Amino acid sequence: MEKPLTQHIVPGRPPLSLKEYEQVGGYQSVRKVLKEMTPAEVQTLVKDSNLRGRGGAGFNTGLKWSFVPMGDDVPRPKYLVANADEMEPGTFKDRLLLEGNPHQLIEGMIVASYAIQADISYVFLRFAYKLAAQEITKAINEAYEAGYLGKNILGSGYSLEMHLHTGVGRYMCGEETALLNALEGKRANPRAKPPFPQVSGLYGKPTIVNNVETLCCLPHIVNNGAEWFKGLSRNKSEDAGTKLYGVSGKVNKPGCWELPMGVTVRELLEEYAGGMKNGYKFRGALPGGASTDFLVEEHLDVKMDYNSVAAVGSRMGTGTMIVLDDQTCPVGFVQNLQHFFAQESCGFCTPCREGLPWVEKVLGSIDNGTGKQTDLNILDFHTKYLGPGNTFCALAPGAMEPLQSALKYFREDFERHIHEQRCPWRS
Amino acid sequence: MLTQEEIHQIEHEISLVPSKKAACIEALKVVQQHRGWVSDEDLKDTAVLLDMSPDELDSVATFYNLIFRRQVGRNVILLCDSISCWVMGYEGLREHLMQKLSIKYGETTPDGRFTLLPNVCLGTCDCAPALMVGNDLYQNVTPEQLDDILSKYN
Repeated sequence: MEKPLTQHIVPGRPPLSLKEYEQVGGYQSVRKVLKEMTPAEVQTLVKDSNLRGRGGAGFNTGLKWSFVPMGDDVPRPKYLVANADEMEPGTFKDRLLLEGNPHQLIEGMIVASYAIQADISYVFLRFAYKLAAQEITKAINEAYEAGYLGKNILGSGYSLEMHLHTGVGRYMCGEETALLNALEGKRANPRAKPPFPQVSGLYGKPTIVNNVETLCCLPHIVNNGAEWFKGLSRNKSEDAGTKLYGVSGKVNKPGCWELPMGVTVRELLEEYAGGMKNGYKFRGALPGGASTDFLVEEHLDVKMDYNSVAAVGSRMGTGTMIVLDDQTCPVGFVQNLQHFFAQESCGFCTPCREGLPWVEKVLGSIDNGTGKQTDLNILDFHTKYLGPGNTFCALAPGAMEPLQSALKYFREDFERHIHEQRCPWRS
Repeated sequence: MLTQEEIHQIEHEISLVPSKKAACIEALKVVQQHRGWVSDEDLKDTAVLLDMSPDELDSVATFYNLIFRRQVGRNVILLCDSISCWVMGYEGLREHLMQKLSIKYGETTPDGRFTLLPNVCLGTCDCAPALMVGNDLYQNVTPEQLDDILSKYN
């Protein structure tokens, strides 16, 4: 089984230095695109590979790039930003790539930057990833010294700057337009779209924001081709490549693994995560972070790819699964999530700012035994009212995904709290 | 009063971006790195360097939870309270820390040694529950280990 993204990552060992990385074929894709390919050819290759954004939205990466204005007569500088602000609760996949092989990310960023002819690139890294910050700083310096960054890279005439920006908190910074505001030294409120960042992004200039895992796929696509990349995924999976999947919760071996796109939920849980801990039963899981709908027992054979998970009413999101077991209260579980979303709302639009704390409080009263039957109507109402199209960005609609699915699959547990006026899991 | 070194570092950050304002988060980080937090006076002095009003700079400073606008202890404990750590029992760590240090969230021990803050997911969910003390990450933490961890910090 091929694991291109993690083949050189050994947990507990420092990442490859630039020299060691070159010895295993590192930076070959930079040489190839600069010497043999036009930016348009790189865009077409990536579009054909069907690489989809690994941050959770799953948009075709090559297609995303194609909206950047190209040619001599366009606004400059153009920017490429690596979104390394991994803050979706339950998500810990990009940390592995950032700490384990920073040169792979830099190589992918150079390929992406060349494809859109960016002049300046940033790694936007969350504050908590201290080790990653050290490793990336070191790797960027090595890449400058070796001539992979800076002016006239490898004599090609193409120039690219790269900087590391470390954040100072707030989940909102992961939303790409809010991230751009944070980079500009503003409050991380989202921006209205259109205009899209591809046309008017950082400082009003054309900008692409790509997730770390997405960027790390690029060197391998350039080296091995679009058909090879498509062939990495499980038979008949419509999505290409490998994926970093994770599992956390009461399982025997929580962890993160690079696997062919399209493995099933059951394989992840039983084969890789080692099944549920002794004495615990599986009740459900959020397949890809806090802002995805629950999957339950009937979905265990669903393939973990964008289309298959969407077909059963959820989203693959980041691909890092959070397991709910039978000894954990589903109401408390959802309340923890809603506390997070209410706290992290940027406050810019009213439904999100006012609605999420209301939801959190209602869940709190159900959880502590003072809930009323009509509270369920209030929750149902909010899942619609805070749904897609009613808020300025995707934060509140994302928050409603685990709530609406919990109300669907675990409704009797909510009702039990209300009838018994207590949390059955606590007493 | 900002020191010459702080002013120098802030001016360097300004030189890297298209407008002075764009360096404001970096400038706040500089001040906090030297002083542990950003006082009202420091905020006003920093705003002058950035051609911003103090209120404008404060609107940015107060948005970001890791820019401290109140004095914190020498060591800030960030306890993850997000979903995987909740499932794995972070609440036991919270109770132990609050009891041991006799402080609540947002408070600092009287000797100025520790400040305790809840924090969103630290991105190490396969090793939950987790916390950070200063720049150090601790994984798979049990209440029994907390005393040892705390003893490493002065």
